[in-house]
Amino acid sequence: MNELPILSILILLPIVGIFFMTLIRNNNDQSSNNLKHTALWISFLNFLISLYLLFSFNHQDADFQFEERYFWIEYGISYHLGVDGISILFIVLTTMLVPICILASYDSIKFSVKEYLIAFLALETFMIGVFCSLDLVLFYLFFEGGLIPMFLIIGIWGGERRVYSTFKFFLYTLAGSVFMLLAIIYIFITAGTTDVSYLLDYNFTRNEQIVLWLAFFASFMVKIPMWPFHTWLPDAHVEAPTAGSVILAGVLLKMAGYGFIRFSIGFFPEASELFAPLIFALSIVAIIVTSLIALVQEDMKKLIAYSSVAHMGFVTLGIFTFTVQGIEGSVIQMISHGIVSAALFLCVGVVYDRLHTREISRYGGLVSKMPMYAFTFMIFILASLGLPGTSGFVGEFLVLLSIFSINTYFAVFATTGVVLAATYSLWLYRRMIFGTLIKDDLSEMLDLTRREIIIFVPLITLTIFIGIYPKPVIDIIEPSAKKIVSQVNGKLN
Amino acid sequence: MENILHIIPEIFIFCSALILLILGLFIKNIKLINNLTILSLLIAVALVINQPYQSIYLNSYVIDEFSSLFKIMIFIGSIVTLVMFVSSREDLHINLYEFPILILLSTLGMMVMVSANDLLAMFIGLELQSLSLYVLAALNRNSLLSSEAGIKYFILGALSSGLLLFGISYIYGFSGNTNFNLIAVNYNSESLGLLIGIVFVLAGLAFKVSAVPFHMWTPDVYQGAPTPITAFFALAPKIAAMGLLVRFLFNSFGELYLDWQQIIFFISIASMMLAAFAAIAQTNIKRLMAYSSIGHIGYALIGVACVSSEGLRSLLIYLMIYLVMNISVFTVILSLKRNDAYFENISDLSGMYKNHPFTTILVALMMFSLAGIPPLAGFFGKFYIFVAALESNMVFLAVIGIIASVISAFYYLRIVKIMYFDEPKEEFDGVNVRSLQVLFYPSSFLVILFFIYPAPIIQLSEYAIKSFY
Repeated sequence: MNELPILSILILLPIVGIFFMTLIRNNNDQSSNNLKHTALWISFLNFLISLYLLFSFNHQDADFQFEERYFWIEYGISYHLGVDGISILFIVLTTMLVPICILASYDSIKFSVKEYLIAFLALETFMIGVFCSLDLVLFYLFFEGGLIPMFLIIGIWGGERRVYSTFKFFLYTLAGSVFMLLAIIYIFITAGTTDVSYLLDYNFTRNEQIVLWLAFFASFMVKIPMWPFHTWLPDAHVEAPTAGSVILAGVLLKMAGYGFIRFSIGFFPEASELFAPLIFALSIVAIIVTSLIALVQEDMKKLIAYSSVAHMGFVTLGIFTFTVQGIEGSVIQMISHGIVSAALFLCVGVVYDRLHTREISRYGGLVSKMPMYAFTFMIFILASLGLPGTSGFVGEFLVLLSIFSINTYFAVFATTGVVLAATYSLWLYRRMIFGTLIKDDLSEMLDLTRREIIIFVPLITLTIFIGIYPKPVIDIIEPSAKKIVSQVNGKLN
Repeated sequence: MENILHIIPEIFIFCSALILLILGLFIKNIKLINNLTILSLLIAVALVINQPYQSIYLNSYVIDEFSSLFKIMIFIGSIVTLVMFVSSREDLHINLYEFPILILLSTLGMMVMVSANDLLAMFIGLELQSLSLYVLAALNRNSLLSSEAGIKYFILGALSSGLLLFGISYIYGFSGNTNFNLIAVNYNSESLGLLIGIVFVLAGLAFKVSAVPFHMWTPDVYQGAPTPITAFFALAPKIAAMGLLVRFLFNSFGELYLDWQQIIFFISIASMMLAAFAAIAQTNIKRLMAYSSIGHIGYALIGVACVSSEGLRSLLIYLMIYLVMNISVFTVILSLKRNDAYFENISDLSGMYKNHPFTTILVALMMFSLAGIPPLAGFFGKFYIFVAALESNMVFLAVIGIIASVISAFYYLRIVKIMYFDEPKEEFDGVNVRSLQVLFYPSSFLVILFFIYPAPIIQLSEYAIKSFY
């Protein structure tokens, strides 16, 4: 069973899809529908394959599984793939969100449908590649390659200030990542290989660790994004089309969190320990400051974007506690945020498609016209603020638990973020959904269509399932998280 | 007589140039002459591949893996230029049978350059190449810009040849030899005269590869010369001059590298930084490509500055990838044609993707590749350059390199932005003729799909530097 190169199939299937789609002419409605269906089925098939991967994954085994290794560039840089309990969840998250995104773009993308879908499938390839590559050069290839389709998605199908936003997005991320490239090259020269499973056992000297850690940090802090380098994110979110925001919040930010877990603390534990207070400080500032900024936003997407920065602050807090709970909490927080923020952006997309504005004050009293929508939106708002019983709670709780065991003050400050999150989320909900419906154009609003219900049902199910019964997810993460923590502690002692 | 057989490819190119020159007087069919020229270049490729490796004529002329690889790259550049000539000769008013013959003579000069192991052979090759290029730059006699480009290139080129010759005389005077290997044996490292010689020769060669601060001619000549010739400038002479530079420095002054390393170090940094900033303000795409090529030469020079086998290897990888990327980009510039008139302004590309979706995505990917974004081929070129730089502990050079690459990403992205995000204009003819298609699609796909299996190129460049390390 293991002989089937299932990870390569996951990576290559979207490429095959792109190949077929280039052959389809796009000159009328019929053919553009065909294109949409093709892309949808390809990505759905990829989702099914990733489910197969999930179910044939051995939960007890903490090592990398489904490994593939082929000669690629030269000795030391190989095509090496594999998944463990952490990366497999991100792969499933990615393959799940892509069909949802394509489905969500069925009506909102009016022109150049073919190019749009091709860009999305290409993006899927890069995202899956990031999570399963076990070679640093390969990782960098996928990590940076994803910029190209995202640059085009924001730039072509985005809003009015799309050019500014997409340039900012691209150049910020690129400027951060090139330092990681130099670090990767340095690792290649000193260790003789860029193979991750080899490097996890390799010991860098303390000074090397510090410099390399900072180089990796430069890349990941921009990508995740951490305060004060988060400003590209609200811009990119606001201008991106709905599906672009969903992928951006749902998957692209998680690449950096994944990078922190896998590389920063895996390779450079001493430096991570040294810089942990810096991370804690930046994360706490991010949680509080961006939550306060979110309070005053007039634009729905901007509000959710700032809340994303705050949520990712919890993720970095958890990772750098070096405890099993902290890492588990961070991963669950990322998965949960991947589902919830994606769903929130989809919710914004629903009303944006109808009224073509994202200004919060243009809405109000939607509950009387759109009860189903109000219900859906409520679930995700509550999940976003971390209500017990939703997935948001599990992650935040575990992170706060782990940070409490390290430092009580940090925990207290971080907890204020939860309160602030409740404030801005609920206030957003009140302004949009409750109240009386006074604006005329809102009375024409229609409730969720069948397509939109299909989009939201799996997201709601997952949010509540993970919230009530997180054990299956934790079971998958636990062996790998334990292994990482024991490796780090082993190296530190 | 046996000696002559060793330089069969050179003799073959020379004879075909002469024969075609005479033939051209009687046959008015320029296309036929052009095709025969392409054919002779293809035969020359085969001859070069089958040549035995040796050094001949008292070691003043070397045929080794390194020179053969460079010759093949030069042939590719020349063939590409001639293929571009087919579709554009009439509209660009360069429909002259001298065109292919001048290209051929210039190619011959470059072949001598990359094989030369002696100061005099090097100078002869360089001059043969340059004289043909001066004429080529001014080939469109009716165009003021083209004449200006020719004159400018000629005056500055003559100046640089003078500097070069001056340096050569110093080196000869202070070492008593013109042969690279004998200079290496006989030099006196305390000698200031020798150092002056190196500086002057390097200045002359920096002019040929258009490295800052000897780059002034590049934008004007690139803009003024007819597009196929601009492509030729970008493809062949720079690569040849780079090969010459490497052999000159490594064979004759390999031991003295501390003296010239800092010069290369400086011109490399200056080229990368100047190109990154100057290109931002360009409005003409050929001028932009001129600055882009200055920047790329800056990166390639990092490989020279490392003075290591990794450095040379990365230089070769970089040049090969650079060659392929430029083929694709210049083909597209040549396809920006509407009603028999060519367009060269960047703003003319506006909204191009509406009318030419497939071409545009390929061009956009070429721009990402030039900027060094993975997974495209340009990334691997830069990757190996930085590997070499860090391996030689040139962290500063590598950091400047990545900073310049982020800045230069901006102007490449600007082209993508104009093509995709701006309002569409009228349709161009596009890549619609066979002669452009055979250049555009293979080169683009090579760049895009390079990442699937890059190992052969890397092994090839390791093989080609065997004679140095």
